[in-house]
Amino acid sequence: MNKLASAQDLENLRQRVAEGNKAGVTLSLCCGTGCGANGSKKVFDALSAELAKRGLRNVTVKRTGCHGFCERGPILIVFPSEICYLSVTPERIPEIVSKTVENGLVVEDLVWRDGGKLFARHSEIPFYAHQKRRLLANNTVLDPTDINDYIGCGGYAALARALFSLTPQQVIEEIRKAGLRGRGGGGFPTATKWEATRSAADPVKYVVVNGDEGDPGAYMDRSLLEGNPHSVLEGLLIGAYAVGAAQGYFYIRQEYPLALENARRAIAQAEEKGLLGDNILGSPFSFRVGIHQGAGAFVSGESSALLSAIEGHVGEPRLKYVRMSESGLRGKPTTLNNVETWANVPLIVAKGADWFSSAGTAASTGTKIFSLVGKVRNTGLVEVPMGATLRQIVFDIGGGMQNGKTFKAVQTGGPSGGCIPAQHLDAKVDFDTLAGLGSMMGSGGMIVMDDDSCMVDVARYFVDFLKEESCGKCLPCREGISEMSSILNRIVKGQGKPDDLDFLEDIAVLLSEASLCGLGSSAANPVMSTLRYFRKEYEEHIFQKRCSALACKSLIAFHIAAAKCTGCGLCRKQCPVCAIGGVAKSAHRIDQALCIKCGVCLEVCPSKFGAVTKMSPASSLANLQKQ
Amino acid sequence: MTDDGASAFALVDKIINRYGGERGTLIQILLDVQKENRWLSGESLEHIAERLHVPLPRVYEIATFYKAFSLTERGRHLVTVCLGTACHVRGAPTLLDRISRKLGVKSGGTSSDGRFTLLTVNCMGCCALGPVIAIDESYFSNPSNSDFDRILGQYK
Ligand SMILES: Cc1cc2nc3c(=O)[nH]c(=O)nc-3n(C[C@H](O)[C@H](O)[C@H](O)COP(=O)(O)O)c2cc1C
Ligand code: SF4
Ligand code: FES
Ligand code: FES
Repeated sequence: MNKLASAQDLENLRQRVAEGNKAGVTLSLCCGTGCGANGSKKVFDALSAELAKRGLRNVTVKRTGCHGFCERGPILIVFPSEICYLSVTPERIPEIVSKTVENGLVVEDLVWRDGGKLFARHSEIPFYAHQKRRLLANNTVLDPTDINDYIGCGGYAALARALFSLTPQQVIEEIRKAGLRGRGGGGFPTATKWEATRSAADPVKYVVVNGDEGDPGAYMDRSLLEGNPHSVLEGLLIGAYAVGAAQGYFYIRQEYPLALENARRAIAQAEEKGLLGDNILGSPFSFRVGIHQGAGAFVSGESSALLSAIEGHVGEPRLKYVRMSESGLRGKPTTLNNVETWANVPLIVAKGADWFSSAGTAASTGTKIFSLVGKVRNTGLVEVPMGATLRQIVFDIGGGMQNGKTFKAVQTGGPSGGCIPAQHLDAKVDFDTLAGLGSMMGSGGMIVMDDDSCMVDVARYFVDFLKEESCGKCLPCREGISEMSSILNRIVKGQGKPDDLDFLEDIAVLLSEASLCGLGSSAANPVMSTLRYFRKEYEEHIFQKRCSALACKSLIAFHIAAAKCTGCGLCRKQCPVCAIGGVAKSAHRIDQALCIKCGVCLEVCPSKFGAVTKMSPASSLANLQKQ
Repeated sequence: MTDDGASAFALVDKIINRYGGERGTLIQILLDVQKENRWLSGESLEHIAERLHVPLPRVYEIATFYKAFSLTERGRHLVTVCLGTACHVRGAPTLLDRISRKLGVKSGGTSSDGRFTLLTVNCMGCCALGPVIAIDESYFSNPSNSDFDRILGQYK
């Protein structure tokens, strides 16, 4: 591979690739982790075989990263017509090739349909139509394993612009003007961080990508690293030029093998092309990148802990008397940004600050990727302008609730965030509004919940998560979270005490004031936000031993209505602990002493009988049985 | 030392050499050894400490801090159930109970035939497909009881 020795070399390569791309049909098959789980490898094999069989040589198959609509994967888009097929199986490939590739026709039962209407084109599908995809735009067209593809889409032109037309100071100014704020959770102004690192006296500086993505339920960074790793690398290069760093690192969690693989390959290819190494594109700027794998600890995603881990130490937070911009990695000035923050940088440098801030609100500019998951109909990754409302995201893009259930809350901000109830569905999603509602933007997880989710149990879930993940360095964090956990675990078991809620509030204050890092100081948020909006649920658990979501095992009971049960025996055969007794064709009965409340009986009871019910408080069963 | 022991260290040595024997790469070395052997034996930790000139307690400190490491021997395949938020609200705890009963072990345990070790994680980035499980590096979305039996059959 020839090295690119100048900006002109890069531009020439771009033109060559772009011309090659024009000809013929391109089939873009998502091979991200989600679609991989749904079988895209087999679809790819079937597709290659079918094209070979028919001798279709001017058709290109591209294996791309995540398209966003993972739940309906594997996803196949036919370009240039943009016809988008969902849940594709290998068996359907011959039909797709003969109808669509050869004749331009649509295979109707494989495209999105809603209310009898077909949405064949990718950009028409409501899930995509209501988004503003900037960062994710190229995920549907790029082969992430081929640097030429990225260059063909204009990749690395922003780097060339920075190196040859802008001073480092001007790059920082552009980022400041764009109003870019960190996407890793805190929303800290990126330019301010860069400026501080740039002006630090030590000449050796570092730039680091935070790809630890520890928030459960969120996978934006995974999809960027898998689907468009060069965009993150280009951002990092530009940042390095701006702050004056010659060495950078990607920190990626080991739970993401494909992201690691694609980032590694991207770095190797950039080195071969001369986009990493000495005198990049013939400029005086030299830069190298290494990769570190995270080893599975939520707290290691915190900035000072992450730098410790790169140094080979235990990934625990350090005291921040000295700022990272002065003394970070190995005691040198360091800038750490989140994956998505870095991916925004080439867009800003290529298209300008004004273009960037044309999306979003005054204080939260640009777009943000969210992981829209949970009980919503269309789950996946969505990118919207900052300031879009929760309703737009959950209902217009997400298509509303699954199985006709009622929206109860959306959890944002991961373990440091909170639950936002239905009355705030019209709130704008930006850094400040979410904080005002007692939650936070976080890295972009949005877990939608319906009436089947118990808010006390959700709070307990996060507190137990944090108890497990606290590094234990600070006494208030260690003891406070542990105490909260035992209180909440008591409440969900029906052993809550009247003054428990006051006690939880006291611990929350202590945690927020006396913890070293963000894990401890925000640990009470999930509890406080659910107490703020769903206090009644806590009180029901404590005083009536009732869980209205029918989720807390200790507070529910299963019951077979004798009048409805036909004695078909399905539940008796499935019950894992043989708690159901009865003979064929006569009503069955659950032995409550044996029942482990797994719910299999309710699942298997044919809906035409509907004989099994779940109820809370468990004591209501006794009244029923007396009747 | 037996042949077995020698060849086990040969692998560890190969990994250490790949990283140039630098002390700061300790976590990366442990991750690679863990990946190859599926656990970290006391002997391999001692060997690594010696080769990198790092005190043994420091190696243990790291090996016990991170979840990726196991200091006990694991089964031939890892069955991982995601308990992340997205999977949690879609019934992951029930799925875990079911799988745990099937394998006859609790989370962290290894089936009596040494085939499977059951683990839980807090998100594997497939949240839209929740609840998700993985067997080694293959992912499966909400497997039913019969799916799960069929999938398990593919692993010896
Ligand atoms: C406990 C804890 C875990 C964190 N985990 C992550 C993470 O996984 N990814 C991330 O980008 N930032 C994480 N952060 C935030 C980082 O400390 C840091 O603020 C961020 O990476 C800075 O990047 P940004 O300015 O681009 O947002 C975490 C913070 C805390 C307190
Ligand atoms: S607040 Fe908690 S997690 Fe953070 S440093 Fe202190 S003990 Fe560790
Ligand atoms: S992995 Fe295919 S759409 Fe997300
Ligand atoms: S929450 Fe289970 S994969 Fe993310």
